[in-house]
Amino acid sequence: MHRAIEAIWRIESARLIAGLARVVSDIGTAEELAQDALVAALEQWPAEGVPERPGAWLMGTAKHRGFDLIRRRRTLDRKHEEIGRSVERAQESLNLDMAIDEEVGDDLLGLIFMACHPVLSKDARVALTLRVLGGLTTEEIARAFLVPASTISQRIVRAKRTLAEAHVRFEVPGGAERVARLASVLEVIYLIFNEGYSATAGKDWVRPALCEEALRLGRILAELAPTEPEVHGVVALMEIQASRLVARVGPAGEPVLLFDQDRARWDRLLIRRGLAALERAERLGGALGPYALQAAIAACHARATTAAETDWPRIVALYDAVAQLAPSPVVELNRAVAVGMAFGPAAGLELVDALVAEPSLKSYHLLPAVRGDLLRKLGRPEEAGAEFERAASLTENVRERELLHRRAAECAAEGMAG
Amino acid sequence: MRVLIMAKEGEQNEAATPPTPEAMAEYQKFNEELVKAGVVLEAGRLYPSSQSKRVQFNGKKRTVIDGPFAETKELVAGYWLWQVRSIDEALEWLKRAPYDGGTFEVREVLEFEGM
Repeated sequence: MHRAIEAIWRIESARLIAGLARVVSDIGTAEELAQDALVAALEQWPAEGVPERPGAWLMGTAKHRGFDLIRRRRTLDRKHEEIGRSVERAQESLNLDMAIDEEVGDDLLGLIFMACHPVLSKDARVALTLRVLGGLTTEEIARAFLVPASTISQRIVRAKRTLAEAHVRFEVPGGAERVARLASVLEVIYLIFNEGYSATAGKDWVRPALCEEALRLGRILAELAPTEPEVHGVVALMEIQASRLVARVGPAGEPVLLFDQDRARWDRLLIRRGLAALERAERLGGALGPYALQAAIAACHARATTAAETDWPRIVALYDAVAQLAPSPVVELNRAVAVGMAFGPAAGLELVDALVAEPSLKSYHLLPAVRGDLLRKLGRPEEAGAEFERAASLTENVRERELLHRRAAECAAEGMAG
Repeated sequence: MRVLIMAKEGEQNEAATPPTPEAMAEYQKFNEELVKAGVVLEAGRLYPSSQSKRVQFNGKKRTVIDGPFAETKELVAGYWLWQVRSIDEALEWLKRAPYDGGTFEVREVLEFEGM
């Protein structure tokens, strides 16, 4: 029974918090009310059985118990007074029937936008999103990001406070604001995915559970906002990258880079889903945004059954487009890799050398790693080895460091043989 | 984790009435709800097993057998592939399905390191 309730909670909690947040306009209060309802469920369902519509039961319970609580608090606290007023208004039109689909959808969308509000730091947005939308516990989030649970706990508390102090309204933004707000949401989702795809620290190279969570959130968003091409773009990118998760990890847990992966192990179901999502983005018309472009690049790899068949010139062209839209040194670096593959390592090295002085890449381990790779191809193993060692010193991920040390050792061997 | 949901053919046979349009609409709506929840990876309905074939392996020998097959209750009529966080979650979702009858089997898909 307890496991069933836990599973039901996982299914219902985001919608529950969303529906309550619409009424009280405050995530903190909404979560408290939702938790109250969960406690009631844990008390009553074992004896009475799980209700036929658990979501409606939880919402009704939360509203009933919550309204009393808030009305009592009203006399103590100004903020709660405001909430108390809107809550009373809502109670007057309290309807216990299951909300119609559009309302539920809007509520969830509202919660997504609120949890990902740009007034919050990236860390705060990620923690709050995983909490109220993913239903992850503080411990689960802490484990995922290798920080103490208390750190996450504080982050979430502060995030809720920041939102309240900034009087962030519960709403689905439209018009010009929507573009910026949506970008913030997609950034959070992709951040979560990326942390699972290429863990920045710790002993695991990948953390699939985080990828799954990000994919789930992305897929949900794609249905809630189907006319937004970049939503499909980020989903496409995640699906295709996730298709490589199994192939990315070697038997000893070591990273296996794209060119060395056994493509037979790529998940073709996810590739199919990714290509379908990319198509949805393309069909919405207009120029592709940065996420859709990156998905298109990933699609190029996905379509090549062997590394040798990769359409590198097309990838270069796509990176050109990304560089126009969302220029960044990292994009330039990726473009340099593609140029090296399409037009030879000398061409690639020329571009990489131009990035060496770039301040934002000073501690970016992939810059020396790429440079090492190109130097090696140009038959300069001593310089390449030095670059790989430098890269190893810059990464916090144990697995990646081991791989880079191995590369350096291989270069040393080549240097001695040649 | 991934789970495979298999809808059994049960007592259905060639003479059985297909679901009403209203019922089909409800099944469709349920599937959409799952898609909106980010649960469905793939879904498919299968032609009846009476129209299917089997290949039996015995050493080097291959035998092709035509349907219909005897054990109708166990035969698969349709399948879903879901992404869920636990078997319990899959069960709770499945319980919400609007079916009046039938049996659905829930099997976890073996996944290798990485996914």
